[in-house]
Amino acid sequence: MNRINKLFKDKKDKILSIYFTAGYPNLNDTTEIIKTLDECGVDLIEIGMPFSDPIADGPVIQDSSNVAIDNGMNLNLLFKQLEEIRNITDIPIVLMGYVNPVYQFGYEKFIKNILECDLDGLILPDLPLDDYINEFKPIFDKENLSFIPLITPNTSKERIRQIDDNSNGFIYMVSSSSITGKKSSFDDKQIQYFKDVKGLSLKNPTIIGFGISDKESFKQACKYSHGAIIGTKFIKEISNGNLRESIKDFIASIRS
Amino acid sequence: MKYNVNSNGFYGDFGGAYIPEMLFSNIDELKKNYLRIVEKDSFTREFNFYLKKYVGRPTPLYYAKRLSEKYGSKIYLKREDLCHTGAHKINNTIGQILLARELKKTKIIAETGAGQHGVATATVCALMGMECVIYMGEVDIERQRPNVERMRILGAEVRPATSGSRTLKDATNEAMRHWINNPDDTHYIIGSVVGPHPYPDMVARFQSVISEELLGQLKKVEGRDYPDFVIACVGGGSNAAGIFYHYLDNPKVNLVGVEAAGLGVSTDKSAATTKLGKKGVLHGSKTLLMQDENGQVTEPYSISAGLDYPGIGPLHAHLFDSNRGEYISVDDDEAMNAGIELSRLEGIIPAIETAHAFSVFDKLDMKGKVVIVNLSGRGDKDLETYIKWGKY
Ligand SMILES: Cc1ncc(COP(=O)(O)O)c(C=O)c1O
Repeated sequence: MNRINKLFKDKKDKILSIYFTAGYPNLNDTTEIIKTLDECGVDLIEIGMPFSDPIADGPVIQDSSNVAIDNGMNLNLLFKQLEEIRNITDIPIVLMGYVNPVYQFGYEKFIKNILECDLDGLILPDLPLDDYINEFKPIFDKENLSFIPLITPNTSKERIRQIDDNSNGFIYMVSSSSITGKKSSFDDKQIQYFKDVKGLSLKNPTIIGFGISDKESFKQACKYSHGAIIGTKFIKEISNGNLRESIKDFIASIRS
Repeated sequence: MKYNVNSNGFYGDFGGAYIPEMLFSNIDELKKNYLRIVEKDSFTREFNFYLKKYVGRPTPLYYAKRLSEKYGSKIYLKREDLCHTGAHKINNTIGQILLARELKKTKIIAETGAGQHGVATATVCALMGMECVIYMGEVDIERQRPNVERMRILGAEVRPATSGSRTLKDATNEAMRHWINNPDDTHYIIGSVVGPHPYPDMVARFQSVISEELLGQLKKVEGRDYPDFVIACVGGGSNAAGIFYHYLDNPKVNLVGVEAAGLGVSTDKSAATTKLGKKGVLHGSKTLLMQDENGQVTEPYSISAGLDYPGIGPLHAHLFDSNRGEYISVDDDEAMNAGIELSRLEGIIPAIETAHAFSVFDKLDMKGKVVIVNLSGRGDKDLETYIKWGKY
């Protein structure tokens, strides 16, 4: 059982996952951010691998990616920063990004590095399911790594089933048809979608992401799923000021 | 059809649909319906009607006498510059807007570089009474002013793309983000043979009217329906795909794509994708892509806004990779000189994109051969760039 499976086995609700872009605000903040999130009791961490053309992201994450790339972040460096991460934290960590940087790095080498750093999973939204099944799944299954797929309000029931069958860990439920960083209160249509997905009794747990920004939207999301992911708002919060303080204050404001 | 798309949406190793889940249902809807729709008699009839009565097709095949004399070949020009709105782009936008209507979409978005695709999209939106938003890089808005105003006159909203190199790539990013935010009522009219499957095939099919006409026109003047060389400029590659289409599987025809070298392939100001690119994934397809060693897409440069793109369509990546096509890159100066030469010898001022296609005659072994150049667009929109360049 990997750390993600264990998390969802031990904890059934109010799982808080935080996304941040590696290399932002400063190149070497990665371990400090992870360490502080651990101290704050966050349940899951998603590390964004910056890409020059993030088409599913709004301005805040776009900017953080550009800054990170300008700072010199790349996959070689990121894995170097994460080499000793298991001395610091036992929280499940997943990498999230776009296909091209991973493709250039080499899929095999990438997976080898994930294993060496003892990370737990991967979110690669623009990787087609077929490519996942052919190029990642055999080794992910063997090594007990989680591949975390996205679903949206427009994903058909049949496709959700197919996605559920082919993944293990959790399903990332995108709250609305939108890029990251959009509005944060849910309308009736979204709530119906959350309920519909709940009604499917999937084998994987679900976490809601996109548009979660504060205590209220976190609470709302947790009503319909096992937890929620905060990205854009977290990045905004750490963009200036003291890194540790900002993180602690923000997580406290969600969890209070 | 060895060089055309396979049932999985791939051209050899290239193509596919590398899109986030947020776009899956839209792309899937297109994939499941586009062939059914475009092969319907009623669709073909309407498509052909607008191409004939509205666009002004068939476009002439013009024998360029003075150019032919200079290069010792028989050079014919396929006059896409005479299409309504001044370039081949409208062949595709007519097709896609009819398709969008079949799919019950009411709003249209598009990206544009030179503004030709934006104008062609704004035009068909006016024609069909649909709302239209065009994304255009800030840099391109500056260098293609007349086209920006044309789009506005036609009733489209032009939104500047302000990220990255602020050119075509970034306009495409913004259009895709818009589509993610508005998946239900909006159709995205991609302007070239790029993007996730089925776009490259769909756009190539709509543009294939160019080579379809050429078969008959050439037969009349040359007694055979194929030339020795077909030359076209390549940004994403739609005008090239359109004029290559019926010759893809005819090995007697040399297919020549001309891409923009900008200030030169050894500088960091270039858009010569086959020279500088590696296999990668951008805007939904696996193709040749200009990028750094970390997989970050590099910012391209060309004097022509329509060729200023870091990738090429997957069809072209495959033609290049399999040696079926020859891809030549020419720099800004070579293209501008060729534009002036065509103006002086034939009385035709070409778009600067198109001018690239006219600057490779010396690089090909074409003495005595029948050569077709796709005159993809006219130069009205580029007057300011010609004036700034000044060497005429
Ligand atoms: C006249 C003309 N030719 C060529 C192009 C390049 O596009 P493509 O390679 O898709 O034909 C453009 C793009 O704007 C154009 O305006």
